[in-house]
Amino acid sequence: MTARRFDWDRILAVVLISPSILAIAIFVYAFIAWTGWASVLKWNDLLPLQAPPQFPSLKVFPPKAPLAKSPGDWLPLDNYIRLIQSDQRFQKDLENTVVFTVLFIGACLVIGLLLATLLDQKIRGEGLFRGIYLFPMSVSFIVTGVAWRWVLTPGTPQSGAVGINLLFDKVGLGFLKNGWYTDPDIGIKAVVIAAAWQMAGYTMALYLAGLRGISEDLREAARVDGANEWQVFRHIILPLLQPVTLSAVIILGHISLKIFDLISSMTGPGAGFSTDVPAYYLFDTVFRGNHFARGAAIAIILLLMVSVLVIPYLIYSSRTEVEQ
Amino acid sequence: MTTQTVSRRVSRIVIYAILIVAAAFFLLPVYVLVVTSLKSYAEVNLATMWNPPAGFSLDSFREAWVGNAAKGTHGLANNFWNSVKLALPGTIISTFLGSINGYILAKWKFRGADVIFPLILFGMFIPYQSVLIPLVSLLQVWTREVAGDWVRAVAAWQVPELIKWLPPLLANYVPAYGTIGGLMLVHVVYGIPITTLIFRNYYVGVPNELVEAGKIDGTGFFGIYRYILVPLSIPAFVVVLIWQFTSIWNEFLFAVVIANKAEVQPMTVALNNLAGSFIVEWNVQMAGALVAALPTLLIYIILGRYFMRGLLAGALKG
Repeated sequence: MTARRFDWDRILAVVLISPSILAIAIFVYAFIAWTGWASVLKWNDLLPLQAPPQFPSLKVFPPKAPLAKSPGDWLPLDNYIRLIQSDQRFQKDLENTVVFTVLFIGACLVIGLLLATLLDQKIRGEGLFRGIYLFPMSVSFIVTGVAWRWVLTPGTPQSGAVGINLLFDKVGLGFLKNGWYTDPDIGIKAVVIAAAWQMAGYTMALYLAGLRGISEDLREAARVDGANEWQVFRHIILPLLQPVTLSAVIILGHISLKIFDLISSMTGPGAGFSTDVPAYYLFDTVFRGNHFARGAAIAIILLLMVSVLVIPYLIYSSRTEVEQ
Repeated sequence: MTTQTVSRRVSRIVIYAILIVAAAFFLLPVYVLVVTSLKSYAEVNLATMWNPPAGFSLDSFREAWVGNAAKGTHGLANNFWNSVKLALPGTIISTFLGSINGYILAKWKFRGADVIFPLILFGMFIPYQSVLIPLVSLLQVWTREVAGDWVRAVAAWQVPELIKWLPPLLANYVPAYGTIGGLMLVHVVYGIPITTLIFRNYYVGVPNELVEAGKIDGTGFFGIYRYILVPLSIPAFVVVLIWQFTSIWNEFLFAVVIANKAEVQPMTVALNNLAGSFIVEWNVQMAGALVAALPTLLIYIILGRYFMRGLLAGALKG
């Protein structure tokens, strides 16, 4: 009697989880496949541009656009080839992504490690400092973008220095004044300041958790052997923090490769696309320009970049989990 | 005083100095946001943006909240409530969905469950740009062919005077392109991996003996869930509720492509439009940003510990 009842419960379990499995199958796997398919098509709708936020309707589902009319007319990888070989905007986007990713990860790691190490020195008011460094994590990138857009606004010749430039003038650091995100030579590097403001505290929290996991005995043993504080940090603590650094690089890289909200609210594509990124280009070209196939190709490139970063890490961490 | 204690004292001073300078950097935008929002219109000027406010005025908040009829701008009040209408039910639905999924994957393992779980998880690492075009396309076709009629039918319901606010509200929740319900559905679906992960990992730690004991007592599938696992997993519920609320409230990409009409736009989209507008002054934008940040900021201040746990679990979500 009871055995039967449990069979029913087993069936119930499968029935209850099926909608979720089905939803993921469609919304993740089928959609990625669909994007991949669209990315090899010659699919540009010639609808007139409509002003956002009234986006044009994506009429064709599934796409019926021609794959190739005649040999030599269209090759499946043409969208990709054009983007990478001859699309100057996309080339600038890739360059911006590399610059942004390197500077953003570097800034977060340096600030995060510095603050975590200092906070680990039995600081009075540690909780308060931690709270202040970490709170930007809880707000939207849109809020961050709006705030930093005005802090980093350089001012015009008529208005004189405003924003942070004005502050630099007041405290005698006038030589630091510059055009920030409005200067095409700085461009995306100014956005790094806002992004690091949001994520450096998080990196600090990761490092602090790592530091708290290192036993005091280990440091004490090194000191007894005659190591000074710097040597303890360099040869004992830093190597032990390596897994934390790896996780932080993956997490921050994941954020920076697909950054979109911050660019959208802070700068837009900028003069000469100096603050443009692939995710913003995709949005522009699909929802304002109707170039669906080109947008799909950018989406697949983004997915590949993120996968190259994340998949080895996932395999590595699932292996270490099994070993433990 | 020996040289050692002097150098120790100096290094303590240097440490505190660095920590305070860093704190000033993190608080800098907050300072500008707050002082600008509190200034009166006469006082607002980019050239004096670092000066503290002379008086106390809520003009900027008023214009950010209700808009300015003279300039034809709408306030953010409606968008704020849209975000509430989106994030509250969306959070609750996806939390319960995640906990049921986690319960099944941890305690009712079926054949293939070990393959299914990582396949579900993969959904949280993808950049959502890679599903955006089919998502919008499918939702638009679905709305044109099917759900659009539902929205109109619900909105046109004849109801007594007393509840005449109900049909428009319900029409908002029909899952379609350009409705709150459509955006909520998307958030719930893409929330499945992270919510399932947190609950599954939590429930794996609950001893199987408890579940077996429940079975022997004749408790069924729901009884075990309701009376054994739910009471044990309140911390997991808090973490997931906070995580989902914060992500849905702060999310921008799905919102900007799916909620395409001003009446349904959530806060982030409206704030982004405000920031791109030339007729809205920067002090109003600042006040708007502060209002948009407030709910999640309050959660962070009150429930910081749980907030942090969610951050560590969901770090790689798309």
